[in-house]
Amino acid sequence: MLQALSNPWPWYIAGPAIGLMVPILLLVLNKSFGVSSSLRHMCAMCSVSTSDYFKYEWKKERWSLLFVLGIFLGAVFVSEYLPSNKLVGISDATVEKLSAMGITDFTGLMPEQIFSFSHISNPATLISVILGGFLVGFGTRYAGGCTSGHAIMGLSQFSLGSLVAVIGFFIGGLIVSWFLLPLILAML
Amino acid sequence: MKNLYSILLGMLFGGILVKAEVLSWFRIQEMFWFQGFHMYGVIGSAVAVGAVSLWLLKRFNAKSISGDLISPAPKTFNKKGNLIGGIIFGFGWALTGACPGPLYALIGSGYGVILISVLAAMFGVVVYGRLKDRLPH
Repeated sequence: MLQALSNPWPWYIAGPAIGLMVPILLLVLNKSFGVSSSLRHMCAMCSVSTSDYFKYEWKKERWSLLFVLGIFLGAVFVSEYLPSNKLVGISDATVEKLSAMGITDFTGLMPEQIFSFSHISNPATLISVILGGFLVGFGTRYAGGCTSGHAIMGLSQFSLGSLVAVIGFFIGGLIVSWFLLPLILAML
Repeated sequence: MKNLYSILLGMLFGGILVKAEVLSWFRIQEMFWFQGFHMYGVIGSAVAVGAVSLWLLKRFNAKSISGDLISPAPKTFNKKGNLIGGIIFGFGWALTGACPGPLYALIGSGYGVILISVLAAMFGVVVYGRLKDRLPH
């Protein structure tokens, strides 16, 4: 049982588990599933900006801040007590393609060649970590949601706006993965 | 009690994100290169389960444990905002290999450098807050 939990889950277990977050959050907290608004609440909490966008009672959204604290703790718990010693199960074609672009290490959740403090001065790292993070924050708030709020919760509600947003996610992601990523990895 | 539940549900979701591998940069590139079914299977089945769950909650006029009727507000639809913002988030998703939930889970998985991504994301939200009224929505 523990072994089965530790190993990476197949999509038909993982997907429904994520989908069940929708009714669980509603039943327990009566909150709509979504994560990216937490970024706004953190900004409001830290009073980092004076613009009107942050003038609201963030304390009423405390559940969101605690929820993302929980996401962090849950990952800590899993790394500690249910670690997997398997490689991320991507297809051979992806391994081949990434290898051809200079990725040599497939052991973690993300390539340490890019995502580690020791490579922080590398332009590939700067673009992926800092610019990438910036665009995640800016884009999710502009779109009014992320993969959780739009792709899972919004599509579950048959929201047209969420469908438009998800189409946007893919347009952006396809442009980066197909055209920009090869250039970024060339900087490694 | 609500505070504790919020943290525990977050922990549940964080654990699922790790075991589902959806927080993996490798998985995100595989998805955008159409080289694997995993991410599509995860998102598709999550939406299916979410939609059926919402239908059931509505069908039986379900109440939350605090006794309030469950009726989640529909997402607001800003034609331009959803599309343009979505595209910008898509850039960030493919660059970091993570959406917001996974960012927190990656830090918990030992990728401390992603803390910088979260700070950059907060900065992105601040910049959005400043520009909001001048952007098409």
